Order: sequence, then C-alpha cells, then structure tokens
Amino acid sequence: MTVSQKDFTAGILDPTRPAPEGLLDGKGAQTSKRFDVYRNNVAVSLTDALVAAFPVIYKLVGDEFFRAMAGVYLRTHLPDTALMMYYGDKMPQFLKRFPPAQSLAYLPDVARLEIALRESYHAGDATPVSADVLGTLAPEALMAARISLSPALRIVRSSHPIFGIWQSNMIADAPALVKRAENVLVTRPQFDPTPHLISDADADFITALQRGHALGVAMSKAGQGFDLGALLGLLLRQGAMTHIS
Amino acid sequence: MFDATLHTLPHKPGVGYKPQHYSDITARPGPLGWLEIHAENYMGDGGRPLAQLRHLSEHFPISVHGVGLSIGGEGRLDPDHLTRLKHLVGWLNPASFSEHLAWSTHDSHFLNDLLPLPYNAATVTRVADHIDEVQTALGRKMLLENPSSYLAFAESDMSETDFLKEVVARTGCGLLLDVNNVFVSATNLGFTPQGYIDAFPLEQVGEIHLGGHDEDQDDDGAPLLIDSHGREVADPVWALLEYTLDRSGAKPLLIEWDTDVPEWPVLAAEIARAAGALNAVPA
Repeated sequence: MTVSQKDFTAGILDPTRPAPEGLLDGKGAQTSKRFDVYRNNVAVSLTDALVAAFPVIYKLVGDEFFRAMAGVYLRTHLPDTALMMYYGDKMPQFLKRFPPAQSLAYLPDVARLEIALRESYHAGDATPVSADVLGTLAPEALMAARISLSPALRIVRSSHPIFGIWQSNMIADAPALVKRAENVLVTRPQFDPTPHLISDADADFITALQRGHALGVAMSKAGQGFDLGALLGLLLRQGAMTHIS
Repeated sequence: MFDATLHTLPHKPGVGYKPQHYSDITARPGPLGWLEIHAENYMGDGGRPLAQLRHLSEHFPISVHGVGLSIGGEGRLDPDHLTRLKHLVGWLNPASFSEHLAWSTHDSHFLNDLLPLPYNAATVTRVADHIDEVQTALGRKMLLENPSSYLAFAESDMSETDFLKEVVARTGCGLLLDVNNVFVSATNLGFTPQGYIDAFPLEQVGEIHLGGHDEDQDDDGAPLLIDSHGREVADPVWALLEYTLDRSGAKPLLIEWDTDVPEWPVLAAEIARAAGALNAVPA
C-alpha cells in the first residue's frame, strides 16, 4: 500500500476527506489524528504568512474573519514558490470576488497597497542621484532628461481613501479619514518603505517617467495644476531617482 | 582578507537568527559563536534582510538552512529554486548548507511544511538523486536533517537511521542531527531515543539542532509531541543532547525558536545552557 504525495496533498487540503490509508501510529494502527497535525501545520503556517503580509486588512476585518478568509484563499491559491515573503500576491483579485467581502469595496485596493509596501521592502538596492544634480542642468536639458526611478518605488491608484485607511491602522494619531479617491507613492529611502499621498497628476507624471518618457513629455501627461518642483523635491529627498540621462 | 574562521561552524552554540534580535546579537553576543538563517528569507532582491545578512556574515560564521527545496519530493527539484539557492550560497559563501529529509512541494504547489516520506529502496534512490543534484549545483557538501515524525508509513521497510546511512553512503553528504526531532519522533512512534542515537552515524554529524516542542494527545490518549519551535528546549531533550555529545564529542549546537519568538534574554539563557553542555564534553 503506497501513499502518493498527490493523495497526501489532497488529504491535507480537504479536511472532509479521510486520512490516506497506509499511515500508521506507533502501534501500527491506522491514524487520522496524526495526519491532522500536518493538516493543521500547513493551514496555520500559510495563514500566518498572510497575517504577516496584510496587517491592515487583518485589523480591518478582525482575526476571525481573516482566518476564515485565509482558509479559503490558501486552498484556492497555494504558493507557487517557497518564498513566503511574496505569498498573497493574488489577494486583491481574490477579495474582489470573495462573497463575504463584497460590502468592503476598498479591501482589494488596500491589499494592493500592502503588496506594494512588501515588494518595496524586498526590492533591489540602487544608489540615488545626489540632491543637487537637477540644478546643474539647463532648462532645455532638464526637459529632455530621462529619469530612472528606484526599483523600490511603487504607485498604487485607488478610487478609495487607501492612504487614510493605511494611516489610521498603522500610525498613532492619524488624521481623520476623508472619503475620496487616493493615490499612494511608495518610496524606500533606506530600508523602510514609506507611503506618500500624491495627486492624479503626480501619479501620471511618475507613470510617464516609468515608461521612459522624457521629463518634458511626462509633464504634459500630468497636465494642469502639476507642481513639478514639489514632486521632484519629494523624489530626490526620498532617494527615489537613481539615474538621469 | 579571507577569514577561515568565518567559513567553518565552530563547536559553539549558535542561534536561529531573527531580525528583531539584530541589535542584541551585535552588541553582546556572549558565548554565541555562529548564526543560522532560513535560505528562503534571503532570496529577495535587496533591502534590509540582505544588508543585515551581509553585515552579520562579516562577524559570525553563517549556516544556511533551507526549508523549501523539497528533497523528498516525488517530482524533480524546482530549477528556479535551486538557481536562487545557488545565488545565495554563491555570494554569501556560508560555513554550512543544510536541508531536510522531507518534501514540501507537490505539482509546483509549495505547502510550507516539512512533510514525511516512507523509507524504502525507491525513496532512498529519489532522495540520493536529489542530494546529488543539489551538491553538484552548489559545488559543496550539504547536511541532511532527520525529521520530526507524527506517523509512519506501512510501505516503509527501513529504519530512519539505516535510510540516512544509505543516503550518506551514496551521496557523501553529511547529517544534521536534531535531537528534539529524535525525542519527538521516539515519543510519537514508540522507540527509545537513546537507541536511535546509538544507531545514528554520529561521525557524519556536522551540526546539532535543539528546539522546543508542544505536548498533545492522539486518538487513544497517548502523548503526541508537536515540533513547534515555540518554547524552551525540554529537559529530557537536554538529557538526550548530553547522551549524544558523550558519544559524538563536541559539535556546533543550534538553538531554534521560530514561533512566539521571545526577547533576546530568553534565547541568551538557552544559548548559555548549550554552552554549558558543550563545556561538559571531554576534549
């Protein structure tokens, strides 16, 4: 009697199935309680990985809801690598369709922000350009310049107040939540990813830079009301520019 | 300058590294002689984890302990995972690399647990082939760790110690002896832990693990121990360590604490106890 790893896996993931035959306790008797140890280890370790990945979602929905949701997620979205730091990358799409979360329309976008923060934490290192580099360029050269951004930079756009939700769950004395659309820029000055609230124009400008457009073109994408100086200052202070050509 | 002492595990206590202990470890290491990291936690592209590891590796010998290679898996080893491991071991040049006699991946799905396999001719060949592949890819000898078991397979026809001896004979790998796992398996499967140690090829052991376990009961009310790594090492496990060291001589000795990780002083006390056990070993 052989127990294939296919059957072992199926048994672990479906608690309603009997334990595979051919698994014995110390006295040589069939055992199910001992198989439950593995069932429990797998479910708990994957759930704990999701709790670590989504601290804001966890606070928003509470322990009981989160663990029940994680139990459904892990059975439909097993990790495809052993890199637990990236586990949960399908959470936004999952939450969009998860029936019990339908009344919490902002959850998928909060999940996207938490994924962006975690990706930023583990992103590659890059040396930022010095703060005075832009001042050395003539205006025409500045408009023609192409700016490379840090591998740790992320932008998350949302029609929900995701920056306010993040702040009110992660920071003491956060300002009151305003019901509005919010975009978040994530930078990583050294090791700690930092979210910043940015306008649509800021987000459009950065997206244009990411696509390789020259600074002048990116400005035109940003449109009216865009404050170039303020945004470039933020990017420089945050060490988010890695190359100018 | 190449410092050879950073590339060998000393016969001293080590600890499973947790980032929250970074300042304590660098400020007052005490008898701590080396650190162990889980390979998978350092497979990101950059940031704090890799910066800390680079810094620590300049001051401590590092043991890289994999938890995701699935050496006992029926399928082939994940080539992407092996490539990531080769990259980490390549730049870090650690004092040791070890993995588990277990499987964790099926059909490209990673289950994040160390799952058991039967012991017979077919599984010896599978495990030995995978270890050959790892040792060839990494260009170094690896250590294979004995598992903690909650059940046995009807299809097994070899003891775990005979299985490990055969794998060593075929691959030239070394062994990582987890004495807590021995105690947990012995209790759960009804054999004597001292008998297991007597049958274990101690001359192949490159490292010893010590961790805490939880106590539960199986369907018949018999004790069922769970390898939780979430508390102090139990007294009978310290006694089994002493029994082992009397026979093996001094070895690199690791304290593992992975869940409900305590403040540094609690781990420092375990490290001091491990140092005491090593000091009691006749030279």
